[in-house]
Amino acid sequence: MTETSPTDRGGDDVRLTGISKSYGSFHAVKPLDLTVPEGSFFALLGASGCGKTTTLRMIAGLEDPTTGSVFLGEKDVTGLPPHKRPVNTVFQSYALFPHLDIYENVAFGLRRRGIKSVKKQVGDMLDLVQLGDFAKRKPHQLSGGQQQRVAVARALINHPKVLLLDEPLGALDLKLRRQMQLELKRIQTEVGITFVHVTHDQEEAMTMADTVAVMNAGRVEQLGAPAELYENPQTTFVANFLGTSNLIEADVAEKNGDEVVVTSAGVKLRLPADRCTSQVADGGRLLVGVRPEKISLAHADDAGSVPAGRNRISGRIVDSSFIGVSTQYVINSPVCGELEVYAQNIERDGRLVPGAEVVLHWNPAHTFGLDAAQDIDAGVKTVDEEGA
Amino acid sequence: MTATEAPPAPPTPPTPTVTEAAVRKVPRRKRLIPYWLLLPGILWLLVFFALPMVYQASTSVQTGSLEEGFEVTWHFATYWDAIQEYYPQFVRSLLYAGTATVLCLLLGYPLAYLIAFKAGRWRNLLLVLVIAPFFTSFLIRTLAWKTILADDGTVVGALDALRVLDVTSWLGWTADDRVLATPMAVVCGLTYNFLPFMILPLYTSLERIDGRLHEAAGDLYARPATTFRKVTVPLSMPGIVSGTLLTFIPASGDYVNAELLGSTDTKMVGSVIQSQFLRVLDYPTAAALSFILMAVVLVVVTVYIRRSGTEDLV
Repeated sequence: MTETSPTDRGGDDVRLTGISKSYGSFHAVKPLDLTVPEGSFFALLGASGCGKTTTLRMIAGLEDPTTGSVFLGEKDVTGLPPHKRPVNTVFQSYALFPHLDIYENVAFGLRRRGIKSVKKQVGDMLDLVQLGDFAKRKPHQLSGGQQQRVAVARALINHPKVLLLDEPLGALDLKLRRQMQLELKRIQTEVGITFVHVTHDQEEAMTMADTVAVMNAGRVEQLGAPAELYENPQTTFVANFLGTSNLIEADVAEKNGDEVVVTSAGVKLRLPADRCTSQVADGGRLLVGVRPEKISLAHADDAGSVPAGRNRISGRIVDSSFIGVSTQYVINSPVCGELEVYAQNIERDGRLVPGAEVVLHWNPAHTFGLDAAQDIDAGVKTVDEEGA
Repeated sequence: MTATEAPPAPPTPPTPTVTEAAVRKVPRRKRLIPYWLLLPGILWLLVFFALPMVYQASTSVQTGSLEEGFEVTWHFATYWDAIQEYYPQFVRSLLYAGTATVLCLLLGYPLAYLIAFKAGRWRNLLLVLVIAPFFTSFLIRTLAWKTILADDGTVVGALDALRVLDVTSWLGWTADDRVLATPMAVVCGLTYNFLPFMILPLYTSLERIDGRLHEAAGDLYARPATTFRKVTVPLSMPGIVSGTLLTFIPASGDYVNAELLGSTDTKMVGSVIQSQFLRVLDYPTAAALSFILMAVVLVVVTVYIRRSGTEDLV
């Protein structure tokens, strides 16, 4: 990511080097290096106020970075105003021109570059976003989803080197949002342009993007493919922000070869050494994490049937909610206040009801270890944010 | 909608009794409330607009004299005579009002733009300053311009020194190295007095423009000047139209500026109407002139609104 000189990079990658933005004493974006490979679908994911939109606006030229540079391919565009950058943006509220019809909205960028015969291009672009019949309508006569597609068409028609999407689906209802996610993904595959997508919705980022950068408090916490981020979170923020994680505070008991053994409230847990992000030392502390869907549940009466070699914790079910494909259990255990377990509804054990004593067990390979010096609740979504 | 739906019911005779009963159910008092609320406004319009109009209309077709009394004789020739005699004043009125309106737009637009987009925390203060002149009477403000444009004043001195007066007299706007009692003085007065009526609607429509539209235009390769031409101006059209109307209509009927700052050569139709009513006491001609002015302004405004295509705007 860092230490790349402009010459050994080909194509039209977007490179941010040491870029930062401060408003007085508030650091919206802390010095940041980031490379978005040409043709990729890249997501900047984070809660509101984490600096993701500011980063995007610096690429677009709508915000001047306090320090650092923006490169598009070989070219340093840091000092260029927005209208001189080969970059287009899909704005959060679409920002369609209300006084122009759909046709003229889409043709706007072409006309500004002095292209006279725009008819075919506009027609093709409207067909691509399936709005061919709406050319003569005004933006306010269209639904939210249609306006969104006009905004995409208006940006894409210019064949930008990079398309920036600033929470483009935020204003749509859930069903439409799912549909548009697939639509955008299809368009991106079809046109092959680099997409940089800003979102606070982790599911959206994981569904659409090839690479996700999780941002928190003006910094990139972790960057990688969605599966990589989900399976191997490097920080508690990523572990909690992407999906749900059960994090258990534990002491390192011993390290033998590839395996680390930790104890928490007298329970021994094992995990692979290479899945620990921090240096593991005897007597040190570790946050041991496991995803809820990796855990299996067995009623305490069947404890003997749990295969050997698995991590096991006993506890009591305090809550269960049935959500169709799976059931979500909240389990109280001496090891950790509350553990979440998602069990697929294949064969439901009628005894697994609140109050039942259970044994939780999982494959040690599915356990990851994080630096214990972090806030264990970082990135946990509150009810308010979830509803937003 | 499926095909298995019941066939349409045979047409039944209308049942007026039902609807009448429904109407009757609403207490009479409640039904009348909207009309009671409208009453003051309607009365106001009747007494202060409709009645005077009818009265003036009848006056305009009367003949007679003050001593013998006026009588309605349907003497429409008054209109024709008024036009023949006073058409220079009509043309002058439209010309002065039009020039003042254009000047107001040129002065007001940048100011409204500045207040709407660049003023930040000074916005409210600036708006107060725009309407601050209203705290002084219209007459006094116009009289103040007599001092400002006085022959031995600094303004005229500076214009003279800069040779501006040579240009303006060549154009016929000023005469004899003075500004007072010339068309320029009248237009200056009109522009000054009606400027706030231009700025406020402009500000309102500019302020409503979503700043992201400017960003979007820039993002789509529009230079700042193009953004202004293709986005800002079209979106502020409602403000431009209402501002020009609020300036042009009263300015074309104004007589205070022409009276105080002008001369007999700069008389506008407002001054003529005023002197016909109050000095010559030729009421029919004065009334006819008023109606002609109204008709002319209506035609000009209708054409203007049609041309600017405001009905298209959101």
